[in-house]
Amino acid sequence: MSTATKPTVATVWLDGCSGCHMSFLDMDERILILANAVDVVYSPVVDPKEFPASVDITIIEGAVSSVEDAHKAELIRARSKFVISLGDCAVTGNVPAMRNPYSPKELFERAYVENATEPADANARRMKLPVVGVPALRPHATPVHEVIKVDLFVPGCPPPADAIWFVLTELLAGRVPDPSALTRFGK
Amino acid sequence: MTPEELQTLAARGQEKFAHYKHVLNVCMESGCVSSRSDTVADALDKEIAKRGAKEQICIKRVGCLCSCAQGPMVSQDDGKVLYKEVKAEDAGAILDAVGSKPVSRLQMPADHPFFTKQLRVVREHAGKFDPEDLEDSIRVGAYHGLMKVLTQMTPAEVIAEITTSGLRGRGGAGFPTGLKWSTVAKAGNPTKYIVCNGDEGDPGAFMDRSVMEGDPHRVLEGMAIAAYAVGAQKGVIYVRAEYPLAVKRLTRAINQATRQELLGANILGTKFGFTVEIRLGAGAFVCGEETALLASIEGRRGLPRPRPPFPANSGLYNCPTLINNVETFANIAPIINKGGAWFSKIGTAKSKGTKLFALTGKIVNTGLIEVPMGISLREIIFDMGGGIPDGRKFKAVQTGGPSGGCIPEKHLDIPVDYESLASVGSIMGSGGMIVMDDTSNMVDVARFFMDFCASESCGKCVPCRVGTYHMHEILRRINDGEGTSADLMLLRELCDTVKTTSLCGLGQTAPNPVLSTLRYFEQEYLDLISRAEATRAAAGDGHSKKAAGTTGLEVTL
Amino acid sequence: MSVMTVQSLTLKIDGKDVSCQAGQTILEVAREHDIEIPTLCWLDGLTLWGGCRLCVVEVAGSPKLFAACGTACAEGMEVTTNSERLQKYRKTIVEMLFSERNHVCAVCVSNGHCELQSMAQKLGVNHVHLPYRYPKLTVDSSNDRFRLDHNRCILCTRCVRVCGEIEGAHTKDVKGRGINSQIINDLDQPWGESETCTGCAKCVHVCPTGALTERGTAVAEMNKKRQFLPYLTLMRENDK
Repeated sequence: MSTATKPTVATVWLDGCSGCHMSFLDMDERILILANAVDVVYSPVVDPKEFPASVDITIIEGAVSSVEDAHKAELIRARSKFVISLGDCAVTGNVPAMRNPYSPKELFERAYVENATEPADANARRMKLPVVGVPALRPHATPVHEVIKVDLFVPGCPPPADAIWFVLTELLAGRVPDPSALTRFGK
Repeated sequence: MTPEELQTLAARGQEKFAHYKHVLNVCMESGCVSSRSDTVADALDKEIAKRGAKEQICIKRVGCLCSCAQGPMVSQDDGKVLYKEVKAEDAGAILDAVGSKPVSRLQMPADHPFFTKQLRVVREHAGKFDPEDLEDSIRVGAYHGLMKVLTQMTPAEVIAEITTSGLRGRGGAGFPTGLKWSTVAKAGNPTKYIVCNGDEGDPGAFMDRSVMEGDPHRVLEGMAIAAYAVGAQKGVIYVRAEYPLAVKRLTRAINQATRQELLGANILGTKFGFTVEIRLGAGAFVCGEETALLASIEGRRGLPRPRPPFPANSGLYNCPTLINNVETFANIAPIINKGGAWFSKIGTAKSKGTKLFALTGKIVNTGLIEVPMGISLREIIFDMGGGIPDGRKFKAVQTGGPSGGCIPEKHLDIPVDYESLASVGSIMGSGGMIVMDDTSNMVDVARFFMDFCASESCGKCVPCRVGTYHMHEILRRINDGEGTSADLMLLRELCDTVKTTSLCGLGQTAPNPVLSTLRYFEQEYLDLISRAEATRAAAGDGHSKKAAGTTGLEVTL
Repeated sequence: MSVMTVQSLTLKIDGKDVSCQAGQTILEVAREHDIEIPTLCWLDGLTLWGGCRLCVVEVAGSPKLFAACGTACAEGMEVTTNSERLQKYRKTIVEMLFSERNHVCAVCVSNGHCELQSMAQKLGVNHVHLPYRYPKLTVDSSNDRFRLDHNRCILCTRCVRVCGEIEGAHTKDVKGRGINSQIINDLDQPWGESETCTGCAKCVHVCPTGALTERGTAVAEMNKKRQFLPYLTLMRENDK
C-alpha cells in the first residue's frame, strides 16, 4: 500500500458533539474500502498532532466557537484543497449557536455561578470562572462558512453515513456531489 | 347654497377686502408657525389697532409663502414686498414701511428666481387668502370648479376633461388620473368611495401638508368633483396625526363647507350629495400604500394586500374606491376651470402640469416650490435654490424619499418628469428633494434610508421584513469600517431579491437609495471596504475567505 | 343556487396547455394539474395572505414577478413556475427565514415534520449564506396543553387566520412591525391567561414549523394533523 499516490483526507472536530465523526465511522464495512483508497492524515481518530501542509479533502465537524476554532479554520483553509462542512454545527451553527442570543459573559455567569452549587458563596464561585488555559469564546458560535470559504455543505444532525459515503466517493471520483436527496437540516 | 349664492359670496369677499389700501399676509403654516409667526400676526394686529389703521391695512393669516427656512414670512400686497425672519417686535417697523421704503434688514428679493421661476397651478392662490375663512377662499375661486361641473357638465365630460389634461397621480407612481377615474366610474357597485391620501411620510417632504394647511377647500373641491365624476357618495381624507394643523384646517373646512351646502346632501342645490370625513393615521409609513391605507381606515392593521383586486374595483369596505393623493386632488379645480387643454400645455410630452417640491438639505433657499414639469434639476437647485451654501460643492440630489434615488451632478440637466427621473435611477415620488454637498457620505445616506425602510417595513412579507434588516446591517458595517467585499456582493444580491419579490411598493422600492448610490458613488463603498480590509490585515485578523477549491481527484474504488 | 355561466380560460403553465375557470388563481390551477409551486403562508381553506413570496412565478410579457396565490389566471397567459431565476429568489427567501430567528432543526419537536425544513431540502438550501440574527426570543409555555416558541415562528399568520376565520376566537394576532413583528395571544398576554382561546388546537396543527406545538412532545415527535381544515371549509360551504 503506497501512501504517496493516495489522496489525503483530514477530519477536524471543532465545536460539536463528535456525532458527525460517529456517523462517519458508522458506514460499516465501507470504511475498509475507504481506508484503502485514501490516507487519513489528520483526525481525532488518527495519531498526528500537526495539521499537514497540504491536504486534498478536509472535513470539518462543529461550529466556530472559540478564537482557537477560528484560527484552526484559517489554517485548514490555507492547507486544504477542498473543505467540507459536515453536519449542522459546521453548516448552521446548530446547538452551539443556541448560546448566541446571550453574551459570553452572561453564559459564564449562568454556567459557573448561577447554576453551580459549590462553593456555597457566589463570589467564591465567580473566582472559579475559567480565565487561564482555555481559548476565549467568540461573541457568536458561527457556521464555518462565516469564517472561511467552504466548498461543500453536508447538513444533518448527524448526516447519515450513506450521505458521507456518497459525498466522499463522488469527490474521489472527481465529481462535486449534491447530497440534498440524502440529508437535510436536522436529519 | 345655490350657484347664485356662491357668486354673491365671492363678490362679497371681493368687496370685503377691496377697500384696504394694503394687505399684509403672514404665513400661518407649520414651518412659520413653529418659528412663531402667530405672535407676528398678533403683534401686527395690535399695532394696527393702536395706530387706528384698521380700515387701511388688513392683516391676513395665509398659507405658505414658500421660503420656509427663513420664516416667519410676511408678504405685503400679494408679494410686492417680502419679509423674512420677522419677529413680533418688527411689527412697528413693518407698518411704518407700508406705502414707503421697505424695511431693508428684513426684506428679501421678491424677484429672485426662487419665486419668479415658479408656476402656480396647485398653489394658485395659496399665500394670498386666509385658508380658515370660507368667504376669502371663495373670493379666490374655491368651489367655482365644483359649481361648473354640477351645473354644466356630465360626469363623463368631467372625466374626459381630466383625461385631456394628461394629469398623472402626484403620489409618486404617476398613474394617469383620468384612466383611474374612468375605471372607478365604470365599476358596477352603487356605493363608491373617494379617498384622499394625505399620509405624506417621506423624510423631508411637506408638499401635501402645505396644500392641506394652505388651501384645504381646494382639496375638498377636488374630491367632490371626483365623487361627481365617478358616482361616489362618501369621501375619506386619511391624514397622519403628525399633521395637527392640517387636520385642524381640514376639519374646519369640512364644517364650513357642510354648513354652506358645499358638501352634504344637496350640494349647491343639486341632487348630488357627498360627505367627507377625516381619518387619522398613526404614523406608519406603509399606510401611504393604498391597500394598507384602506385597511387602516377600516380599523385593521395597516398592512398591504396583494393587488388585484385594485381599489378601483374593490377598495374601502370592498366597494369601488378612488384613491388619489392630496396634490392630485388640488389639481382638479384649475383643470375644470381652465380646461384640460390648457393644463396639457404645461409640462412635457408625458408629464403634464406642475409639481410641488419640498426643497431641503444643503441648499441656500430651502422651501416649497411649484415648478412646471420639464424644468431641469439644475435650474431648481442652482437658480431657484441658489446653489450650495458655505462655498461647498454640490454632490447629489435625492428625490422620491426612501423609494427614490440620488442623482449626481452629471444628470442635473435632465428634465424633471416621471420618465427622465426613472431613467437615472430615481423616481418623481411625492416631491421630496434633498440636496447634498460634498461633505455627505453616500454610504451613510443609503444606510439612513435603509434604516427608515427597515423600521417602517410592516413585516408581512419575508423579503422586505428580513431583507431590509440585512441590507441595513451590511450598510452599517460598511459605513462603520467593518465591511468586506463579500458584503458588497451580498448587498447587491439582496437589493435584487427585495426589489423583485416584495409584496408592496415599500419593499419593491426600498433598495433604490442603495442601487442609485452604488451606481453613481460606488467608489465610496469600495474605499470604505478597502480601508476596512487594510485595517484588519494590519491587525492580523485575516478572515479573508480564500478561493474555492477543487479536488482534481480521479480515484476508482 | 342561481345558475351562472362561468367563463373558462385557457393558458399555458410551464409549457403545458391548461384550462380553468375565470377567477381561479395560478396556484389553484397549477395544483389541479400537478404542477408544484412552493408555498409556506398559503393554506387551503384560509384567506389569502401573500406574505411568504415563495410562490412567485414569471408571466410572459412582464418583467415583474407575480405571487401565484393571489394572481388570477387570464386568457392566453404563459406562466413559468420554476426558472433558474425563480429558484434563486426562493432559496434566498428560505435562507432569510432561517437567518431571521433561531431555527435549530436538530432539537425541534417538529424535526422531520416541518414545512420550512422540507422546503429547504426541496429547494436545495444546504446552508444559509446570510448572516444569522440570533435574536433573544421567548417561549410561552403558560398554556397547559400548547406551547408557542417564537424562535421557530416564520410569521406566516396561518394561526392568526385559522383562529379568526375558522374558530372565530381571534385569540391570535400580530404585534409590532417589520423584523420586530411577533405573534400574540389576546392583548399580548401569556397564552395560559387568554380568556378567548377555546383550546381547539387548530393553530397548532396549521403551524408549518415548531413554533406552535403540543406540550409533552420531544424532538421530532410533533406530527401535525392538517386534514381537518378542508373538511371544515367544505362543511361551511355546504351550509351556505
